Amino acid sequence: MRYLLKLLSAVAVVIAAASVTFFAQLAVPGDRATTLMNLQTGQDRKWTAEELAPLNEKYGFDDPIVVQYLDYVTGLFRGDLGTSYTQKRPVLEVIGGQLLPSLTLTVLALVVAWFLALGVTLLTVRRGRFLSGLGATWEAMTASLPHYWVGIVLLVVFAVQLRVFPVIGGTSGWGTVLPVLTLAIPLAGFVGQVTREEFEQVLAQPFVTTARTRGMSDLAVRLRHVLRHAVLPAVTLSGWALGALISGAVITENIFGRPGIGQVLVTAVDTRDMPTASGVVLVVATVYVVANLLVDLAYGAIDPRLRRAT
Amino acid sequence: MTATDQQVAEQPVREEPDTTVLRVANLRVAFAGTEVVKGISFSAQAGRCLAIVGESGSGKSVTARTLVGLTGGNSRVSADAIDLDGVDLLRTGERGWRSVRGSRIGFVLQDALVSLDQLRRVGDEVAEPLRVHGRGTRRSRAAKAVELLDAVGVPEPAVRARQRPYELSGGLRQRALIASAIALDPPLLIADEPTTALDVTVQAQVLDLLAAAKERGTSIILISHDLSVVARLADEVAVMRDGEIVEHGPARRVLREPRHEYTRMLLAAIPSAHTRDTKLSRPTEHRPQRTVDRGRPVLEARRLSKVFRGPDGVDRTVVDDVSFELFGGETLGIVGESGSGKTTTARIALAILAATAGEVLLRGAPWSARSVGERRPLRKQIGVVYQDPLSSFDPRWPVGRILTDALATGTRPPASKAEARGRAIRLLEQVGLREEHFDRAPLRLSGGQRQRVAIARALAPEPSVIVCDEPVSALDVSIQAQVLDLLTDLQDELGVSYLFISHDLGVIHHVSDRILVMKDGRVVEHGSAADIFERPQHEYTRRLLTAVPRLELK
Repeated sequence: MRYLLKLLSAVAVVIAAASVTFFAQLAVPGDRATTLMNLQTGQDRKWTAEELAPLNEKYGFDDPIVVQYLDYVTGLFRGDLGTSYTQKRPVLEVIGGQLLPSLTLTVLALVVAWFLALGVTLLTVRRGRFLSGLGATWEAMTASLPHYWVGIVLLVVFAVQLRVFPVIGGTSGWGTVLPVLTLAIPLAGFVGQVTREEFEQVLAQPFVTTARTRGMSDLAVRLRHVLRHAVLPAVTLSGWALGALISGAVITENIFGRPGIGQVLVTAVDTRDMPTASGVVLVVATVYVVANLLVDLAYGAIDPRLRRAT
Repeated sequence: MTATDQQVAEQPVREEPDTTVLRVANLRVAFAGTEVVKGISFSAQAGRCLAIVGESGSGKSVTARTLVGLTGGNSRVSADAIDLDGVDLLRTGERGWRSVRGSRIGFVLQDALVSLDQLRRVGDEVAEPLRVHGRGTRRSRAAKAVELLDAVGVPEPAVRARQRPYELSGGLRQRALIASAIALDPPLLIADEPTTALDVTVQAQVLDLLAAAKERGTSIILISHDLSVVARLADEVAVMRDGEIVEHGPARRVLREPRHEYTRMLLAAIPSAHTRDTKLSRPTEHRPQRTVDRGRPVLEARRLSKVFRGPDGVDRTVVDDVSFELFGGETLGIVGESGSGKTTTARIALAILAATAGEVLLRGAPWSARSVGERRPLRKQIGVVYQDPLSSFDPRWPVGRILTDALATGTRPPASKAEARGRAIRLLEQVGLREEHFDRAPLRLSGGQRQRVAIARALAPEPSVIVCDEPVSALDVSIQAQVLDLLTDLQDELGVSYLFISHDLGVIHHVSDRILVMKDGRVVEHGSAADIFERPQHEYTRRLLTAVPRLELK
């Protein structure tokens, strides 16, 4: 029942996102048919009503706004995101080919970031002044690194100089390593920072002392007791990161010559290809919504008390 | 005679030496160069209980943790001997400590709500020492956990083992914690304030459980601030102050004929029937005769009830048909265990919570029935003091601002800044503080001083009633005595009335003229202090009274 409600509200969020992008299209200055005609002919001038009529007819630009809106929304449920102005293919097809590489990159980056962050946290929090300081500095430093810098450094060092990885990797497994690291390293810094703070607090809890009085080793106490309590903020952060990376990976994808949904969005905006841009926005919104559903589920799995509270 | 007290701390001559489980000689612990345990010696015998008693900062908990090698970072430990059954714990490394913890020494911390891992199943927590020390298989350990829970008197142990700690009551959690500590049947059990957060009836059960372990031959070291808890279990008592043992001897002797001044002070400070109408911190002084104005009650509750809707949609009646009258210059005590509705009643009396039914009158006039705006000018007539004053202060405000702010809302708001300051300082002096505290931040005050500031703030608007909700429950016994004395002094001086909420029957008996006993939201009995304590009518009151650990002093 509760999950059904969550699912319904998730669908509502996606529809709301679709509505916003739809009305944003209308708010773009200029007549859509004129824009489209200019795009298709490569010219830039005024067109007569007769010249525009076939386009208006084809895309339904003359219909009342309400009808257009309903067409658009019902289209979504049939998987119809409209037709790209520039490529004259269904938007779903344009995006579809690019979605998988983006998702792979994002999810892998998230997983790698978690391993990096938890490794550093487990081994350095409250392990003497030197190690703790080293861990905290590493996190602050990596968290503040911009993607383009990390990407270029990794590319120059490992691909150009050492030739360990290909310069332009495409979507091959070996070629995915550097882009994943580019995204994962700064994210690991963020995840590590929020986890460290929580981890320190949990380590001071009486139940941790209790576990030690049972003869547990420090590492076992950290793994079996502390970690589970300390990851909740990082889980929250991951929900956001998943959504942010999928569209924000475009710079990284560019550096390594990877296809991806971010590139589609940039091109679509450049060419004023509104249906495609809206489609990408919708897909990203969906990723956000799904990520947050997963975060909710993870919450319940980590802390059963939260299952009853919401 | 004080000079000889040190020598008086006799080492009790005990039977054959082979019953000694633990021997500690000249133990010293320092944190960052400051010595907090200053050369103490004691031993623990099989089948006997040694209690280490002291107030906060006495070093008793540090001592307990040092015995399992968990003193904490930045500490330096030295001793002539820490000898556990022939094993020299001073020479043991981290690996050696780990083999001792849980298997040779069981450790019970206070407040199982935070001492058990909330995210793991109770059964897993109980069986953890077995897993850590590699005993049995997963299946046999699960069975053993249920067995242990059963042994410590947890009903439906198989069900409880699959639940998580937050799903259990405080008493059951504490039992589970003990079950875990005795899982490997260690010869020594260290219990650090094992009953502190518990209701008296539950506290009695937990003490019985520890007594049963003692009967079976386990040696127990009980760490406590509460002499009456100690009296129930200990064979031997060591009283600690500032890192030293000031008195050490058989429990009966120490508790009945204390030789050291500090022990005598601690015993005298415990509020009880004997201390009524005397000063706890100045035992020879008596309260002057008081007059209670039995005319119109200053605070009157008429048939209050409060219903809360739970998250499951089920209504729960938290306060059920509660009525009382509080007269001028009088103290009305409300006593009950957790969940009895006493704090909810106080909140309704303060009109910060609306009752579902019933009404509160303040000096004969409607109070709870009025709107928030209409209540505002009347609010100065009723003050409040909470258990934890710190969380009721704005942490950024110094003491002076807290008081001048309260004065401004009072009957006679100060006309100038200078007058406000002058009156705030007079208030500080009235509660036993000094002018130097005016600019102090509350964080830099001790617990007792904070509570004095809270009382000064409550007094500032010159109220006729002060609601005291567990005002001394977080304080050490000697500080508690001073604060209780302060409250009664102020009553004698100003004629203020107290609605006094406490779970502690000794405190309630000490301060109250009349008492309401609450259980499950209802008043089960009310009457004068003498009636309630000497001639209890209700079965529950009797049960409460027998559960209270007491010192058979006189």
